[in-house]
Amino acid sequence: MHSDRAPMGLKIAAGAGLLFMHLPLLLIFVYAFTTEDKSYQWPPPGLTLKWFAVTWNRPDVWAALSLSLKVASISTAVALVLGTLCAAAVSRSHFFGREVISLMVILPIALPGIVTGIALRAAFNLGDIPFSFWTIVLGHATFCVVVVYNNAVARFRRVSGSLVEAAMDLGANSFQTFRYVILPNIATALLAGGMLAFALSFDEVIVTTFTAGQQQTLPIWMLEELVRPRQRPVTNVVALVVVLVTFIPILAAYYLTRGTDTVAGQGK
Amino acid sequence: MEFPMTIAVSFRGVSRHYGQVRAVDNVDVEIVEGEFFAMLGPSGSGKTTCLRLIAGFEQATRGEIEIFGTSMAGVPPYRRAVNTVFQDYALFPHLNVVDNVAFGLMVAGVPKAERLAAAEATLDLVQLADYGARKPSALSGGQRQRVALARALVNKPRVLLLDEPLGALDLKLREQMQDELKLLQRKLGITFVFVTHDQGEALSMADRVAVFNEGRIAQLGSPEDIYYRPNTPFVADFVGSANVLPPHVMKAVIGKELHGALRPEAIKLRDDGPHEATVRTTNFMGASTRVTMLMDGVQINADIKKGHAIPQVGAKVRLGWNDEDLHVMLGQE
Amino acid sequence: MIVERISDTLWRRPKLLVVLLLTPPALWLGIIYLGSLFALLAQSFFSIDEFSGLINYEFTLKTYGELFIPANYDIILRTVTMSAAVTIAAAIIAFPIAYFAARYARGRWKAIFYLGVMLPLWSSYLVKVYSWKLILAKEGILNWGFEKLHLGWLLQAYLDLPFFGGNSLSTSVTGTFLVFLYVWLPFMILPIQSALERVPVTMIEAAGDLGAKPRQTFRHVLLPLALPGVIAGSIFTFSLTLGDYIIPQLVGTSRRYIGQAVYAHQGIAGNIPLAAAFAVVPILIMALYLWAAKRKGAFDAL
Repeated sequence: MHSDRAPMGLKIAAGAGLLFMHLPLLLIFVYAFTTEDKSYQWPPPGLTLKWFAVTWNRPDVWAALSLSLKVASISTAVALVLGTLCAAAVSRSHFFGREVISLMVILPIALPGIVTGIALRAAFNLGDIPFSFWTIVLGHATFCVVVVYNNAVARFRRVSGSLVEAAMDLGANSFQTFRYVILPNIATALLAGGMLAFALSFDEVIVTTFTAGQQQTLPIWMLEELVRPRQRPVTNVVALVVVLVTFIPILAAYYLTRGTDTVAGQGK
Repeated sequence: MEFPMTIAVSFRGVSRHYGQVRAVDNVDVEIVEGEFFAMLGPSGSGKTTCLRLIAGFEQATRGEIEIFGTSMAGVPPYRRAVNTVFQDYALFPHLNVVDNVAFGLMVAGVPKAERLAAAEATLDLVQLADYGARKPSALSGGQRQRVALARALVNKPRVLLLDEPLGALDLKLREQMQDELKLLQRKLGITFVFVTHDQGEALSMADRVAVFNEGRIAQLGSPEDIYYRPNTPFVADFVGSANVLPPHVMKAVIGKELHGALRPEAIKLRDDGPHEATVRTTNFMGASTRVTMLMDGVQINADIKKGHAIPQVGAKVRLGWNDEDLHVMLGQE
Repeated sequence: MIVERISDTLWRRPKLLVVLLLTPPALWLGIIYLGSLFALLAQSFFSIDEFSGLINYEFTLKTYGELFIPANYDIILRTVTMSAAVTIAAAIIAFPIAYFAARYARGRWKAIFYLGVMLPLWSSYLVKVYSWKLILAKEGILNWGFEKLHLGWLLQAYLDLPFFGGNSLSTSVTGTFLVFLYVWLPFMILPIQSALERVPVTMIEAAGDLGAKPRQTFRHVLLPLALPGVIAGSIFTFSLTLGDYIIPQLVGTSRRYIGQAVYAHQGIAGNIPLAAAFAVVPILIMALYLWAAKRKGAFDAL
């Protein structure tokens, strides 16, 4: 077999690239402890934990966080239902509209966020719908569907058709077949898709700025802070927390779908 | 067959069309209760579609299907007293073996203790008594096949359908399973409907065989009937590659312009034989040697047993057969 | 009893099931999303009355015409150039990573590379941009590094360059470029890796068996097979850069990009038609790009 050892140059290039992707994030962790609060001075003049306490006491941070969590939860729920329905329909029958559905589902995430954002805002204006919690959810759910859809479709493909026939043959009607055979076999894919959808919604900023009106999700809060900084280290602390929090669903989604033919997350 | 016979499955004028394609074309058949019925034919001949029509996975475009006298029109699979052993076994990957087997009982609402006991008993029947806790992925092909069988049998179906269940097994395992299935069927007395493309399998296991060709039944009869007295050139060729003598040759032999079937083992190479042929190939096959010859423009296969002289390739030989071994075929194709 | 009836009907009419399954998502995506896209498209054919500032709901191509005045045209050109530069750079940097991960990483390393790409990919976009603000700041780590290596003069010389430089890296085109590159890099790595993983080992062996040296195998077998992956990745990087308005706002000069133009015009100015016209530009460019990419078979790598 052709040599299994990579050339040294390749190893260095690959390793350097990987490092390049992670160092900036690690940097933020350090900045969260700095004593300097007026600039981004490096190296940090001192290290302290006090900013964590300060952040804890900022009501606007909590408000933004709780809104983000609520929006992410509901959008994920909606995306789970719609994504699964679409995936089930597309995988069940070979009808001509399959490609169309796939395209429609992927469009919200394929088009630039600003296009989706402005289109949704235009639609809300036309329909005289005031900005609210639900307009944010509507926007988020729309592009979260594709994440669930990709995971579900890949898994449906693996659930062989003869399993459904076997279940019916053994006496299970349509609902029982869904509950006892189909659902258990797609559960982990749905879970993975749901987690990724949650992470996606939690982090989204572009479409949200167009659909949020006066409200602040955590990313919008952060954007405000970036443009008009109040207390830089507080932003650093929030950034640190956000990175850690999104870490978890990604890791979980990975372990849930590891070893299968579509590992979660590649469909972004 | 004992009289009076109950008809387990009956097809009357059944057709299944897919657009222009006629997968099943006007089939009539009556399967008797308690018999081991084989549906034999090449791929695309309609045998699997017929099986699926009995199971309920397909609906007939035309004709009536009855199971024990009740019409199955519009009846979904989960309401038929019929169970299937699938070609790919279709075991539920998320359940262990005993839960797989007990599945049918579970959806029927049988209480847990009872259905687990029944499942264990059936697993015992197929000699997988201690395998209950395993997952299907941890089983070999032969073991999975037995689980599929147990899963179907535990529901005490009145008809058991088997869709080429032995196809994925190696030769030795296949022969062993053939014996076991036959014994099982005798013991349980259930009607077995078995689909296969392997004619040896069909002939050795079945009480009656239906040979399918292009959506129709070419011949229906006992294994001996099919083997020794094929009706049509297709059946003769498909089942055991009998020699088909075309009408022009038959005219010289018996004076009638019909097709004739002659089994390879019936041909005798005799110096005083009435027919002449040229040897083309000889193949040693173990118990016999297959000699292919050209006689009157027709390819003739002869199986020469050990102990008899094997002619050289290219040699001219004379051959003959007993009159009763030549079967005149009255059917059309 | 009702459950049984419904179950039977669904079984008897499988098409009904499909319709039922598809109606909710179709309603949502079709009406809400596609509807608003068309609303947007429609708006671009209206114009704004210069005096009253109100939208004139009459069909006209005047708004599209405005895209060609130098100030606006500059914006489009600038954005497209940046997108192209980012795409090319991303392809070059991503390739070794993807190549190593696809062909040589085994066991633990495979997991490391996988998570190593996934985590930055799914990490907060804003946090990533923010981290570069920290890095590029005048008092930040990059400057500090250059000083420490006594290369401060080099950095200053670069910043003095007319187009690429600026007051600090944080307010220069180079800064914008670096941030775009960093944020979109994982989107380029994954499709390339995917495409390379699809190349069966036996194909590499066959090439060697037929006499090709490793470098030739790379050039004539692996590179062409990786190309669809590169194209797929480029779709992401190009499209994402075209529409972004946050990164140029936070890092870079005050010159505008398409995204910012769209945002600005639909904001206080209320010039929705012009904003819509600007928004249509990336859609058109991407549609063209996608069509060309489809012809090259890039969609298998997605």
